[in-house]
Amino acid sequence: MKDLSLHILDIVQNSIRAQASLIGIGITESPGENQMIISITDNGSGMSTEQLQRAADPFYTSRTTRKVGLGLALFKQNAEMSGGSFRLESELGIGTKVTATFGLNHFDRPAMGDLTGVLLLLIGSSGETDYVFKHQTPSGVFELDTRELKQTLGNVPITHPEVRKFLKEMIRENLEQIKISE
Amino acid sequence: MNKIKNLADLKKLQSEVQSKIKLREKGDHPDMLVQIKVSMATCGIASGAKETMAYLIEELEHQGIDALVTQTGCMGYCYAEPTIELTIPGQPPVVYGFVSKAKALEIIEKHIKLNQLVDGIIPVAYSTIDNH
Repeated sequence: MKDLSLHILDIVQNSIRAQASLIGIGITESPGENQMIISITDNGSGMSTEQLQRAADPFYTSRTTRKVGLGLALFKQNAEMSGGSFRLESELGIGTKVTATFGLNHFDRPAMGDLTGVLLLLIGSSGETDYVFKHQTPSGVFELDTRELKQTLGNVPITHPEVRKFLKEMIRENLEQIKISE
Repeated sequence: MNKIKNLADLKKLQSEVQSKIKLREKGDHPDMLVQIKVSMATCGIASGAKETMAYLIEELEHQGIDALVTQTGCMGYCYAEPTIELTIPGQPPVVYGFVSKAKALEIIEKHIKLNQLVDGIIPVAYSTIDNH
Protein backbone atom coordinates (compact mmCIF):
# COMPACT_ATOMS: atom_id res chain seq x y z
CA MET A 1 0.00 0.00 0.00
CA LYS A 2 1.66 3.20 -1.17
CA ASP A 3 -0.04 5.76 1.02
CA LEU A 4 -2.49 6.36 3.85
CA SER A 5 -5.41 7.31 1.62
CA LEU A 6 -5.19 3.87 -0.02
CA HIS A 7 -5.17 2.25 3.43
CA ILE A 8 -8.38 4.15 4.21
CA LEU A 9 -9.95 2.96 0.94
CA ASP A 10 -8.88 -0.59 1.82
CA ILE A 11 -10.12 -0.64 5.42
CA VAL A 12 -13.44 0.89 4.36
CA GLN A 13 -13.94 -2.12 2.05
CA ASN A 14 -14.04 -4.28 5.19
CA SER A 15 -16.91 -2.16 6.51
CA ILE A 16 -18.73 -2.40 3.18
CA ARG A 17 -18.34 -6.18 3.28
CA ALA A 18 -19.72 -6.19 6.82
CA GLN A 19 -22.83 -4.58 5.30
CA ALA A 20 -22.46 -1.30 7.15
CA SER A 21 -24.94 1.40 6.22
CA LEU A 22 -22.94 4.17 7.86
CA ILE A 23 -19.15 4.44 7.83
CA GLY A 24 -17.24 7.14 9.66
CA ILE A 25 -13.77 8.18 8.54
CA GLY A 26 -11.90 10.41 10.94
CA ILE A 27 -8.46 11.97 10.54
CA THR A 28 -7.04 14.10 13.33
CA GLU A 29 -3.68 15.80 13.04
CA SER A 30 -2.06 17.02 16.26
CA PRO A 31 1.37 18.51 15.55
CA GLY A 32 1.69 19.33 19.29
CA GLU A 33 1.69 15.66 20.20
CA ASN A 34 3.26 14.73 16.85
CA GLN A 35 0.30 12.50 16.09
CA MET A 36 -1.97 11.67 13.20
CA ILE A 37 -4.93 9.53 14.18
CA ILE A 38 -6.97 7.75 11.53
CA SER A 39 -10.15 6.02 12.60
CA ILE A 40 -12.72 4.08 10.61
CA THR A 41 -15.98 3.31 12.39
CA ASP A 42 -18.88 1.30 11.00
CA ASN A 43 -22.25 -0.06 12.04
CA GLY A 44 -21.70 -3.34 10.19
CA SER A 45 -22.00 -6.91 11.40
CA GLY A 46 -19.05 -6.71 13.81
CA MET A 47 -16.73 -9.52 14.82
CA SER A 48 -16.75 -12.20 17.49
CA THR A 49 -14.00 -12.13 20.13
CA GLU A 50 -12.17 -14.91 18.27
CA GLN A 51 -12.35 -13.12 14.93
CA LEU A 52 -11.28 -9.87 16.57
CA GLN A 53 -8.16 -11.50 18.02
CA ARG A 54 -7.12 -12.85 14.65
CA ALA A 55 -8.27 -9.98 12.42
CA ALA A 56 -4.86 -8.31 12.20
CA ASP A 57 -3.16 -11.66 11.52
CA PRO A 58 -2.09 -11.62 7.84
CA PHE A 59 -2.92 -15.30 7.53
CA TYR A 60 -6.49 -14.87 8.70
CA THR A 61 -9.39 -13.78 6.51
CA SER A 62 -13.13 -14.34 6.34
CA ARG A 63 -12.92 -14.55 2.58
CA THR A 64 -13.06 -17.83 0.72
CA THR A 65 -11.49 -16.52 -2.49
CA ARG A 66 -8.00 -16.43 -0.97
CA LYS A 67 -6.19 -17.50 2.16
CA VAL A 68 -4.52 -14.28 3.26
CA GLY A 69 -5.97 -11.02 4.58
CA LEU A 70 -3.36 -8.29 4.57
CA GLY A 71 -5.43 -5.12 4.87
CA LEU A 72 -5.47 -4.64 8.64
CA ALA A 73 -2.05 -6.27 9.04
CA LEU A 74 -0.37 -3.77 6.69
CA PHE A 75 -2.21 -0.83 8.27
CA LYS A 76 -1.09 -1.93 11.73
CA GLN A 77 2.48 -2.45 10.59
CA ASN A 78 2.68 1.03 9.05
CA ALA A 79 1.24 2.64 12.19
CA GLU A 80 3.68 0.85 14.47
CA MET A 81 6.62 1.54 12.17
CA SER A 82 5.99 5.27 12.52
CA GLY A 83 6.10 5.09 16.30
CA GLY A 84 2.34 4.86 16.62
CA SER A 85 -0.17 2.28 17.71
CA PHE A 86 -3.13 0.30 16.43
CA ARG A 87 -6.42 -0.59 18.08
CA LEU A 88 -9.32 -2.71 16.94
CA GLU A 89 -12.67 -2.78 18.72
CA SER A 90 -15.71 -4.71 17.60
CA GLU A 91 -18.96 -6.07 18.82
CA LEU A 92 -21.22 -8.52 17.00
CA GLY A 93 -24.30 -6.79 15.64
CA ILE A 94 -23.04 -3.34 16.65
CA GLY A 95 -20.06 -2.58 14.46
CA THR A 96 -16.32 -2.17 14.34
CA LYS A 97 -13.84 0.62 15.02
CA VAL A 98 -10.29 0.67 13.69
CA THR A 99 -7.96 3.29 15.15
CA ALA A 100 -4.42 3.77 13.89
CA THR A 101 -2.12 6.35 15.40
CA PHE A 102 0.88 7.51 13.37
CA GLY A 103 3.86 9.65 14.25
CA LEU A 104 2.94 12.78 12.26
CA ASN A 105 6.53 13.80 11.49
CA HIS A 106 7.98 10.33 11.64
CA PHE A 107 10.20 9.45 8.70
CA ASP A 108 8.42 6.12 8.24
CA ARG A 109 4.89 7.49 8.18
CA PRO A 110 3.52 6.95 4.65
CA ALA A 111 2.28 10.07 2.88
CA MET A 112 -1.44 10.83 2.86
CA GLY A 113 -1.62 10.54 -0.93
CA ASP A 114 -4.67 11.33 -3.02
CA LEU A 115 -7.27 11.66 -0.26
CA THR A 116 -9.62 13.66 -2.52
CA GLY A 117 -9.59 10.87 -5.10
CA VAL A 118 -10.32 8.21 -2.49
CA LEU A 119 -13.23 10.16 -0.98
CA LEU A 120 -14.60 10.80 -4.45
CA LEU A 121 -14.51 7.08 -5.29
CA LEU A 122 -16.25 6.17 -2.05
CA ILE A 123 -18.89 8.87 -2.42
CA GLY A 124 -19.46 7.90 -6.06
CA SER A 125 -20.20 4.29 -5.18
CA SER A 126 -22.14 5.00 -2.00
CA GLY A 127 -25.38 3.39 -3.14
CA GLU A 128 -26.76 2.20 0.16
CA THR A 129 -23.73 3.07 2.25
CA ASP A 130 -23.35 6.54 3.72
CA TYR A 131 -20.13 8.18 4.80
CA VAL A 132 -19.32 10.75 7.42
CA PHE A 133 -15.87 12.18 6.87
CA LYS A 134 -14.14 14.46 9.35
CA HIS A 135 -10.63 15.82 9.00
CA GLN A 136 -9.27 17.96 11.77
CA THR A 137 -6.06 19.99 11.78
CA PRO A 138 -4.93 22.99 13.87
CA SER A 139 -6.14 25.18 10.96
CA GLY A 140 -9.69 23.90 11.04
CA VAL A 141 -12.14 21.08 10.45
CA PHE A 142 -13.65 19.73 7.26
CA GLU A 143 -16.76 17.59 7.58
CA LEU A 144 -18.64 15.84 4.82
CA ASP A 145 -21.77 13.74 5.25
CA THR A 146 -23.12 11.87 2.21
CA ARG A 147 -26.60 11.89 3.77
CA GLU A 148 -26.53 15.69 3.60
CA LEU A 149 -25.20 15.59 0.05
CA LYS A 150 -27.92 13.19 -1.07
CA GLN A 151 -30.60 15.29 0.63
CA THR A 152 -29.36 18.42 -1.11
CA LEU A 153 -29.21 16.64 -4.47
CA GLY A 154 -32.73 15.23 -4.30
CA ASN A 155 -33.33 13.20 -7.44
CA VAL A 156 -30.03 14.19 -9.05
CA PRO A 157 -27.72 11.19 -8.69
CA ILE A 158 -24.53 11.71 -6.71
CA THR A 159 -22.69 10.02 -9.60
CA HIS A 160 -23.74 12.66 -12.13
CA PRO A 161 -20.61 13.95 -13.94
CA GLU A 162 -21.25 17.58 -13.02
CA VAL A 163 -21.90 16.70 -9.39
CA ARG A 164 -18.72 14.63 -9.29
CA LYS A 165 -16.71 17.51 -10.72
CA PHE A 166 -18.21 19.87 -8.16
CA LEU A 167 -17.51 17.50 -5.24
CA LYS A 168 -13.93 17.00 -6.39
CA GLU A 169 -13.30 20.74 -6.26
CA MET A 170 -15.21 21.14 -3.01
CA ILE A 171 -13.19 18.45 -1.24
CA ARG A 172 -9.88 19.66 -2.64
CA GLU A 173 -10.51 23.28 -1.67
CA ASN A 174 -11.65 22.40 1.83
CA LEU A 175 -8.68 20.12 2.48
CA GLU A 176 -6.35 22.86 1.24
CA GLN A 177 -8.07 25.35 3.50
CA ILE A 178 -7.37 23.32 6.64
CA LYS A 179 -3.79 22.66 5.44
CA ILE A 180 -3.71 18.89 5.73
CA SER A 181 -0.31 17.20 5.97
CA GLU A 182 1.04 15.40 2.96
CA MET B 1 -9.17 34.21 -3.24
CA ASN B 2 -12.19 32.31 -4.47
CA LYS B 3 -14.85 31.32 -2.02
CA ILE B 4 -14.71 27.70 -1.00
CA LYS B 5 -17.57 25.61 -2.33
CA ASN B 6 -20.20 24.48 0.14
CA LEU B 7 -23.61 22.82 0.30
CA ALA B 8 -25.40 26.00 -0.81
CA ASP B 9 -23.39 25.93 -4.03
CA LEU B 10 -24.30 22.27 -4.46
CA LYS B 11 -27.96 23.21 -4.15
CA LYS B 12 -27.53 25.71 -6.98
CA LEU B 13 -25.86 23.08 -9.15
CA GLN B 14 -28.64 20.65 -8.27
CA SER B 15 -31.35 22.88 -9.75
CA GLU B 16 -29.26 23.44 -12.88
CA VAL B 17 -28.63 19.75 -13.42
CA GLN B 18 -32.14 18.62 -12.53
CA SER B 19 -33.70 19.96 -15.72
CA LYS B 20 -31.19 18.10 -17.89
CA ILE B 21 -31.57 14.87 -16.03
CA LYS B 22 -35.04 14.05 -17.25
CA LEU B 23 -33.51 13.38 -20.65
CA ARG B 24 -31.43 10.52 -19.28
CA GLU B 25 -33.79 7.59 -19.37
CA LYS B 26 -31.39 4.70 -19.18
CA GLY B 27 -30.30 5.68 -15.70
CA ASP B 28 -33.44 4.12 -14.26
CA HIS B 29 -32.67 0.77 -15.85
CA PRO B 30 -29.22 -0.41 -14.80
CA ASP B 31 -29.75 -3.66 -16.77
CA MET B 32 -29.62 -1.65 -19.98
CA LEU B 33 -26.26 -0.10 -19.11
CA VAL B 34 -22.72 -1.28 -19.62
CA GLN B 35 -21.63 -2.36 -16.14
CA ILE B 36 -18.07 -2.47 -14.89
CA LYS B 37 -17.10 -3.79 -11.48
CA VAL B 38 -13.58 -2.99 -10.33
CA SER B 39 -12.12 -5.40 -7.81
CA MET B 40 -11.25 -3.18 -4.86
CA ALA B 41 -9.76 -5.35 -2.10
CA THR B 42 -6.28 -5.06 -0.57
CA CYS B 43 -4.72 -6.86 -3.54
CA GLY B 44 -6.48 -4.67 -6.08
CA ILE B 45 -5.83 -1.39 -4.30
CA ALA B 46 -2.13 -2.23 -3.87
CA SER B 47 -1.92 -2.84 -7.63
CA GLY B 48 -3.56 0.42 -8.67
CA ALA B 49 -7.28 -0.41 -8.84
CA LYS B 50 -8.13 3.09 -7.61
CA GLU B 51 -6.34 4.70 -10.58
CA THR B 52 -7.95 2.22 -12.97
CA MET B 53 -11.42 2.94 -11.61
CA ALA B 54 -10.96 6.71 -11.68
CA TYR B 55 -9.65 6.44 -15.25
CA LEU B 56 -12.60 4.30 -16.38
CA ILE B 57 -15.12 6.75 -14.90
CA GLU B 58 -13.41 9.74 -16.50
CA GLU B 59 -12.80 8.20 -19.91
CA LEU B 60 -16.35 6.80 -20.24
CA GLU B 61 -17.73 10.15 -19.19
CA HIS B 62 -15.39 11.93 -21.62
CA GLN B 63 -16.54 9.71 -24.50
CA GLY B 64 -20.18 10.09 -23.52
CA ILE B 65 -20.71 6.38 -22.90
CA ASP B 66 -23.43 5.68 -20.34
CA ALA B 67 -21.97 3.10 -17.99
CA LEU B 68 -22.18 2.06 -14.38
CA VAL B 69 -18.76 1.73 -12.75
CA THR B 70 -18.84 0.20 -9.28
CA GLN B 71 -16.45 -1.55 -6.91
CA THR B 72 -16.51 -5.12 -5.78
CA GLY B 73 -14.46 -7.42 -3.55
CA CYS B 74 -11.62 -9.77 -4.34
CA MET B 75 -12.50 -12.24 -7.09
CA GLY B 76 -9.57 -14.52 -6.22
CA TYR B 77 -7.36 -13.38 -9.10
CA CYS B 78 -4.93 -11.52 -6.82
CA TYR B 79 -2.02 -12.31 -9.17
CA ALA B 80 -3.76 -10.44 -11.98
CA GLU B 81 -4.87 -7.26 -10.24
CA PRO B 82 -6.27 -4.80 -11.07
CA THR B 83 -9.15 -6.92 -12.37
CA ILE B 84 -12.49 -5.75 -13.72
CA GLU B 85 -15.71 -7.52 -14.58
CA LEU B 86 -17.38 -6.11 -17.67
CA THR B 87 -21.01 -6.80 -18.51
CA ILE B 88 -22.46 -5.64 -21.82
CA PRO B 89 -26.28 -5.70 -21.65
CA GLY B 90 -27.61 -9.07 -22.79
CA GLN B 91 -24.21 -10.78 -22.68
CA PRO B 92 -22.47 -12.87 -20.03
CA PRO B 93 -19.91 -10.99 -17.87
CA VAL B 94 -16.23 -11.08 -18.81
CA VAL B 95 -13.34 -10.69 -16.35
CA TYR B 96 -10.16 -8.90 -17.43
CA GLY B 97 -6.88 -9.01 -15.52
CA PHE B 98 -3.90 -6.61 -15.35
CA VAL B 99 -6.12 -3.65 -16.28
CA SER B 100 -3.77 -0.70 -16.47
CA LYS B 101 -4.95 2.62 -17.91
CA ALA B 102 -3.76 1.54 -21.37
CA LYS B 103 -5.61 -1.77 -21.07
CA ALA B 104 -8.70 0.03 -19.82
CA LEU B 105 -8.67 2.27 -22.89
CA GLU B 106 -8.25 -0.76 -25.18
CA ILE B 107 -11.23 -2.42 -23.49
CA ILE B 108 -13.35 0.71 -23.96
CA GLU B 109 -12.32 1.13 -27.60
CA LYS B 110 -12.67 -2.50 -28.66
CA HIS B 111 -14.93 -4.39 -26.27
CA ILE B 112 -17.39 -1.70 -25.23
CA LYS B 113 -17.57 0.22 -28.50
CA LEU B 114 -17.01 -2.52 -31.10
CA ASN B 115 -18.01 -5.60 -29.06
CA GLN B 116 -14.69 -7.33 -29.80
CA LEU B 117 -13.01 -9.33 -27.05
CA VAL B 118 -9.57 -8.13 -25.99
CA ASP B 119 -6.57 -10.13 -24.69
CA GLY B 120 -6.33 -10.41 -20.95
CA ILE B 121 -9.49 -12.30 -20.10
CA ILE B 122 -9.27 -14.55 -17.04
CA PRO B 123 -9.62 -17.44 -16.56
CA VAL B 124 -7.76 -17.59 -19.87
CA ALA B 125 -10.24 -18.88 -22.40
CA TYR B 126 -9.51 -16.52 -25.19
CA SER B 127 -6.50 -15.00 -26.87
CA THR B 128 -6.02 -13.58 -30.34
CA ILE B 129 -4.63 -15.86 -33.02
CA ASP B 130 -1.46 -13.75 -33.39
CA ASN B 131 -0.21 -15.01 -30.07
CA HIS B 132 -0.07 -18.69 -31.11
